[in-house]
Formats: sequence, structure tokens, C-alpha cells
Amino acid sequence: MEKTLNNKAWFMVLPVLVLVAFSAVIPLMTVVNYSVQDTFGNNAFFWAGTDWFVQVLRSDRFWDALTRNLIFSAIILTIEIPLGVLIALNMPKKGLGVPVCLVLMSLPLLIPWNVVGTIWQVFGRVDIGLLGYVLAGLGIQYNYVNNVFDAWATLIVMDVWHWTSLVVLLAYAGLVSIPDAYYQAAKIDGASRWAVFRYIQLPKMKRVLLIAFLLRFMDSFMIYTEPFVITGGGPGNSTTFLSIDLVKTAIGQFDLGPAAALSLIYFLIILLLSWIFYTVMTTSDAQN
Amino acid sequence: MNFSWMAWTLPTALFFLAILLLLVGMGVWEYVSPGGNPRIGILRFETTRGDRLFVSLLGSAFIHLAWLGLIGPNVWWATALSLVYAIGVFKFV
Repeated sequence: MEKTLNNKAWFMVLPVLVLVAFSAVIPLMTVVNYSVQDTFGNNAFFWAGTDWFVQVLRSDRFWDALTRNLIFSAIILTIEIPLGVLIALNMPKKGLGVPVCLVLMSLPLLIPWNVVGTIWQVFGRVDIGLLGYVLAGLGIQYNYVNNVFDAWATLIVMDVWHWTSLVVLLAYAGLVSIPDAYYQAAKIDGASRWAVFRYIQLPKMKRVLLIAFLLRFMDSFMIYTEPFVITGGGPGNSTTFLSIDLVKTAIGQFDLGPAAALSLIYFLIILLLSWIFYTVMTTSDAQN
Repeated sequence: MNFSWMAWTLPTALFFLAILLLLVGMGVWEYVSPGGNPRIGILRFETTRGDRLFVSLLGSAFIHLAWLGLIGPNVWWATALSLVYAIGVFKFV
């Protein structure tokens, strides 16, 4: 059968192109323009060339924040992906339990990010917060305001609480789409629980897990609101991620040139890492 | 319409014009020779022409960043190196 070619379909894409142009391309172009100039306001700009890039790339502040970002994302992915899959595997597949579990899982995702930060900020306080109060009662010295380990632990637990649900919902969607025939065949072959997971469930979930992995990587790498609300980047600079550093530079110091250069470097790093993850995972998928 | 808030400069305008011309060129290439010429190169996974352009542009951006961070603000040699890299990508990847 011959394919029907209809180039009028391109016009259907036009609204999206216009929307993307206004929401992404034009702001990105502006950031590129700002990154090679300096300004003191009033729309007056002075050519600076590549100086801001050199300044950012040679600053310890940038490399320290980038290292924190990479460590944070690695910890988040290591916890959230396996935990999300584990919860999805143990969720009911039939009956009243399904909608109950789905609603419960969706709840953290419905809470705005700044509210999540505020909840955990209060929750962790030793004087009025339940978590801080209970830990103090157990004799554990916990204070996320002046202890680096406690600040990191609070941010990680908060992120796991907030976002594991997303992985669960995606993994669950992958699991329920597996036809029963696969499980029946596995049963006839006497496959173990592990074998069913390894050779049926995991391959069938691979595509949704790829999406979950990319979404969680990009989100955790761009995290801003929650650490800003909970720790404000402290104690010291111990939870100052690239996004917080960027806002401090752009709004706190009004250094729009260096902030634009930092934004572009940040954008390129996310683009590179996302492309690597996507390519590696889709290539292994194609080979299988 | 006033675009002064976008703070345009000649070098950045030329940069975006070059990107636009590259995309138009790729569109013309695709029109002349449809299919994207998929192949498996030295990276051992299938790439189309568009993939190779993306790898070239992304790699060139990092070549420039590495040059700026390690050597200095004059990026002409980095641009020349990026061109060689892009030719390599289109030939071998």
C-alpha cells in the first residue's frame, strides 16, 4: 500500500512552533545576547565578549555547585528509580485498592514545590516540627540549619517523598500494560519471581522507566525551590546548587552577564547528560 | 515592535543566522535526498543526518567551553577545531 503524503499536516505543527518560539527560543536567544554583554540597567548594554564564560568556568563557586548538583542527582536517581519500581510491583492490580493507591501516590505530586519546601522546613524544626521533635526525643542531634549532613539528608528525604510517586505511577502504567499471556507462559515454564521481573516486567517497563529516569534527572539537576525554602543554600554554601547560585548571581547581585553565561553552561550540561542517557538507554533497547 | 530588551549584537545575530542557515541547509539536503541517511558509525549506534548535526553542534559548544576554561577568551582556534570535529562526525559517526 502506498503512503499518502500530505504536506498540509505541517500547518498543524505551526501553533506549537509559535508557542515554543515565544516560550523557549526567544528567551534563549536573549540569554545568549546577555551572556556576551554587561548592563547596569536602563537597557544599556556594553560588549564583554567571552569574558563572562571565562570568569564562570574558572570560578571555584561554579565547579563546587556543579559537583553538588551531580552528587544530588546521582543519589536521587539511585534511590527513587528502584524504590518506585518496588512500590509499583507491590501495588494491587485489581479491585478497590487500585484507585486508593493511585490517589495516595498522586497526592505528593499535586503539592506546589514551595509548599513542599515549607512543609519540610516546619516538619524538620527541632522546636515545633514533628520530625525534629521526635528525633530530638530519640537523642539524635538533628539540625538542618547548621549541620551539612542533616541539611542534605532533609533535602534527599524530601525529594524522595515528593517525587518517587512519579516513578511509581509511570512504572505501574508499564506493568499493567503487560498482557496476562506473558505471566501464563512464565508460570508454565516454572519461572521464579525474579525471572518474571528480569525477563518480562523490566523489559516491558523499560520505555516508561527511561522517561522516569530522564524526568527525574532533569528535575533533580534543576532543583531550586525546595532547597531555597528549606536551607536557603546553607549551611554555608553546602546546599547551593547551580540554580540557587544562578538566581543569587542574576537577582541578588544583578550580574546579568555572568548569570546568562552560567545559564548557557548549565543548559548545555543538562542537554549533554540527557542526550547521553537517552542514547545509551534507547540503543540498548534497540539491541535487545 | 521594540526588541531592544533582547540586547541584540551583530556577532550573536550572525551566530543565530548561521544556526538558521544550517537548519535550512539540512532541510534542503533532506528534500534532495530523503530518508536521513541512517547508518551505524564508530559510536556503534544508528544516527541520521540530523543526529550527526546535533552531535556536531553539541560537541562544538563543549569544545568552545573547554577552550574558554583552559586556554582563554580568543575562540577562533576553538571554532576551527569545531569545524574539523564536525567534519569528522559527519564522516565517521
